[in-house]
Amino acid sequence: MRTCLVVDDSRVIRKVARRILEDIGYEIAEAADGMEALAWCRAAMPDAILLDWNMPVMTGIEFLRKLRAEPDGEAPVVVFCTVENDLDHIREALEAGANEYIMKPFDGDIIADKLVEAGL
Amino acid sequence: MTPTDIAQVVSLCRARAGLKVAPDKTYLIESRLAPVARREGYDSISDLLAAVRARRDDPLVWSVVEAMAAGESAFFRDRAPFREFRDEIVPQLKRARGGAPIRVWSAACGAGQEVYSLAMLVGEMLESDPDLRIDLAASDLSRLALERAQGGVYNQFEVQRGLPIRLLAQHFEKEGEQWRLASDVRARVKWRRINLIAGLRQIGRFDVVLCRYVLSCMTEDAQRKVIDDLACIVPEDGYLVLGVKEQLGSIAHAFEPVVGRPGLYRRNPAFAAAAA
Repeated sequence: MRTCLVVDDSRVIRKVARRILEDIGYEIAEAADGMEALAWCRAAMPDAILLDWNMPVMTGIEFLRKLRAEPDGEAPVVVFCTVENDLDHIREALEAGANEYIMKPFDGDIIADKLVEAGL
Repeated sequence: MTPTDIAQVVSLCRARAGLKVAPDKTYLIESRLAPVARREGYDSISDLLAAVRARRDDPLVWSVVEAMAAGESAFFRDRAPFREFRDEIVPQLKRARGGAPIRVWSAACGAGQEVYSLAMLVGEMLESDPDLRIDLAASDLSRLALERAQGGVYNQFEVQRGLPIRLLAQHFEKEGEQWRLASDVRARVKWRRINLIAGLRQIGRFDVVLCRYVLSCMTEDAQRKVIDDLACIVPEDGYLVLGVKEQLGSIAHAFEPVVGRPGLYRRNPAFAAAAA
């Protein structure tokens, strides 16, 4: 089964995303900030990461830059999922190595579509 | 809405646009016509339809039919047809046309996502093949839809339906909470109002016609008429693209499916004699 790490400091968002992703066949791990996510990735690199931008301890963009520098860190498909919805943020995410980008609010169709778009 | 109102909508749509409206889908009819009633200054849908009956006012009739004809769309809907367009259809037609433009028509274009997906794709193809000549045309029954499509403005949900983020960043600018497609992409498309059942044989040759998720909303008579007309404007080496889940079935005589390519049809050579 493919694995997806859901990284968001909101427990509600993690829960919503988990339900959607489980429905389309992913096994889910959760992290509440970038630091926790990095620890997860070092233990077991997921196939996909759904990543919030604004989080305490370590933001999504900081996490992404660190992830892409890790051994095997190029492997996971990273999809940002954030309220940041301007071109500056989108371009910054793409330059840091994001594969896709979801602007909140999202629905199940958008998540499923973006993962396929990103190659999964 | 009364049964008479519903019967009137069903019959108007069939007569004017060959549109098949299911009389039991009251909620659909109401959700489409409520905005029309508001826009035209009527208190209710029944008032709007009474005015249509009383005045036989053509623009008012069309505003009802056009609202019922509207469909949902998405950028790069179904994905595969766009890959086939780029990798199979265009290379083959380019060889066959020897420098003459390949003419492509997006029929019933709605808010324009399909034809703009093609326009962005053609832009990428031109980067590796500057000699490529592709003319893009788009049509819809609805004047409102055409106006919207030409503006190229979409909300946040719409730009997240099928559009890769890379293309959003490359071709769109944010205006408030909306996203506007760049003018160079919009300028690749020519627009026309076309009623598919009003006769298509005068509109000229089209090498590729995309008519996706349209025929399945039409009556069988209307479908047959559209297909027969398309057979006269699509050359023998041209293509008709339907929705991947759409099948022509018994009305397919003018076109035949391309094996392994759901929704893709070629002219049926056996039909050429009959059309001529």
